[in-house]
Amino acid sequence: MAVETVAPPVADAPVAADAPVAWPDAQGRFGAFGGTYAPETLMPAIAELKAAYAEARLDPAFNAEVARLLRDFVGRPTPLYFAPRLTAHAGGARIFLKREDLAHTGAHKINNAVGQGLLAQRLGKQRIIAETGAGQHGVAVATVCAMLGLGCVVYMGEVDIARQAPNVARMRLLGAEVRPVSSGSRTLKDATNEAIRDWVTNVRDTFYIIGSVVGMHPYPMMTRDFQRVIGDETRRQAQEPDQIGGLPNAIVACVGGGSNAMGIFYPFLGDEEVALIGVEAAGEGVASGRHAATLSAGRVGVLHGSRSYLLQDEAGQVIEAHSISAGLDYPGVGPEHAYLKDLGRARYVAVTDAQALAALQLLSRLEGIIPALETAHAVAHAVELAATMPAEQSVVISCSGRGDKDLDTVRAELGMDR
Amino acid sequence: MTAPVAARPTPAAPSGAAPAPAPGAPAPSRIAAAFARSRAEGRTALCPFLTAGYPDLATTEATVLALAEAGADVFEIGVPFSDPLADGTTIQRTSQGALANGTRLADCFALVGRLRGRGVAVPIVLMGYVNPMLQYGLDRAAAEAAAVGVDGFIVPDLPTEESDDLLAACRAHGRDLVFLVAPTSTDDRLRAVAERASGFVYCVSLTGVTGARADLDAGLPGYLARVRAVTDLPLAVGFGISTAEHVRQVGAHADGAVVASALINHLDGFSPAAQPAAAAAFLRGLRGE
Ligand SMILES: Cc1ncc(COP(=O)(O)O)c(C=O)c1O
Repeated sequence: MAVETVAPPVADAPVAADAPVAWPDAQGRFGAFGGTYAPETLMPAIAELKAAYAEARLDPAFNAEVARLLRDFVGRPTPLYFAPRLTAHAGGARIFLKREDLAHTGAHKINNAVGQGLLAQRLGKQRIIAETGAGQHGVAVATVCAMLGLGCVVYMGEVDIARQAPNVARMRLLGAEVRPVSSGSRTLKDATNEAIRDWVTNVRDTFYIIGSVVGMHPYPMMTRDFQRVIGDETRRQAQEPDQIGGLPNAIVACVGGGSNAMGIFYPFLGDEEVALIGVEAAGEGVASGRHAATLSAGRVGVLHGSRSYLLQDEAGQVIEAHSISAGLDYPGVGPEHAYLKDLGRARYVAVTDAQALAALQLLSRLEGIIPALETAHAVAHAVELAATMPAEQSVVISCSGRGDKDLDTVRAELGMDR
Repeated sequence: MTAPVAARPTPAAPSGAAPAPAPGAPAPSRIAAAFARSRAEGRTALCPFLTAGYPDLATTEATVLALAEAGADVFEIGVPFSDPLADGTTIQRTSQGALANGTRLADCFALVGRLRGRGVAVPIVLMGYVNPMLQYGLDRAAAEAAAVGVDGFIVPDLPTEESDDLLAACRAHGRDLVFLVAPTSTDDRLRAVAERASGFVYCVSLTGVTGARADLDAGLPGYLARVRAVTDLPLAVGFGISTAEHVRQVGAHADGAVVASALINHLDGFSPAAQPAAAAAFLRGLRGE
């Protein structure tokens, strides 16, 4: 079967580098994964989005505007920072942090929100909807909507509203309406269901900004493209003589839906010598059944418009995920990660709530950087991994976000108020 | 589950892999026959929807029996799914209730088997999301449907683009695959549906999710005319159809009306034991009796 290459030259993307791979195909397939499992009502809008995105990607004016906002509004490039005390603690490979926590609003989510927000504007849509788990994507979208003067509704599960209260307040200050979701597990999965229902109802005037590399085509591709700036910058920075002076030996990123991981992995997909490791949430342990380790413990199925790995029972009912971190508490995962797993190009491991909490404290005390609970999963694995590698090698951690939003959870978990 | 066998004499599936053109391709199915009958009698076919297993499977079974006796033309039996993203609050609630009762796709097939055993001859279509069908196995599902007497499937998250495998399975086992169209569907998309659909075309009445509504969408006649222009298949209109007046209005432009959330909400006012009789009365009410 001829592989159809539809990706336009990515040399025109905001931070240029050649497209390392030819997927997805025109149907949004990454191998057997991806696709467009969406209600008919949405299909014309999805076709319109596909066409608009294909055009925008080749439009120098659009790319220049994305690049300008990433520089002047988001504060890019974010630093690649050598973490000396964490490196000494691990006692192996040198550890570097790609500081997405320093991006405006405190996480990588803003990269994608800027890109999709500008696309919404280009399509003339005045009303934006989004789902959010940790609230970082919701805050990023609310921020971009305020900046662009667009209306904004964010769906958020009631459980997440309670555990990420600071982000709820931020979204409201930014002028967004936060709609609590009380169905199902009252977390990210159900917030996504509710956002899709809103989109089905208001599709004529509403643009849905999905927060990760999930959902129906073209979202997984589009979100990856808007997040690849993380990897493009990392690749350039790493090669500077006072940094790594070459490519890193390994890159470690946490995986909820998988957008920060896909963003930092993507420009390295062709560099076989760079190990790519995604870290999922093992919650209370994969064996406990209370986890969000979709790639490690799931089976292939369809959720939220694409085929990928999925936490589900024998009969295809989706199982509720569990993680201390709201942003990883999702039973699905992006289809490109499913493909990378099956290809063996990336590998996926899982880290428990307790390990993540310990890593959050470790990075705080050793480096003066309080990471998000999501990010702490990557830190936990990277420290273990670095310890097994020689000192002349290097590991880059995608430091996807800052931990301010998690202080309530951390205080309670660590008994700091007693 | 034992391996199902296609026992019932079924209309032959069109041979060859290419999608058959709509007019006159497959021999008329039980569904086509039901619409032909209501059309000949000058009636709007009434298509009640019930979520299998809500409030429990025995009540669903008894209610289908009562509705069949009261003259329902085509049944839609909802297969519960954990994440019904095209459904409003009513069907979300019934799906959760049915799942809590342990109702799965296999139970829906068994339910239809029992209904056929009790003499229900009305066409029955299973309506459910794609993932439970994928896990069951698409070919196995179509074969089991043929074995127990399920006439076809409606899968709201399976647009034409993703339908090849299920369509092949349905054709191999002589089942109808019913596609949904929406007011937002372009004419090109309507034609793609017409090329693939059999049984009937499910016309979503409005831009939105399922759920009872006070009024029909004002653009309905123009939209149904666009659908009619591309297919001779019967058109059934669903989503929001709640009253006899709605059925009457739909009947002016289409062959059938699907009544789901309004029926379910009505039945929620009765004890399980009283629901079959209440459903039959509701159906007669929809006919203006
Ligand atoms: C800081 C941070 N990291 C990671 C994630 C997980 O998302 P993804 O896997 O798409 O990067 C989130 C999601 O909310 C987040 O806030």
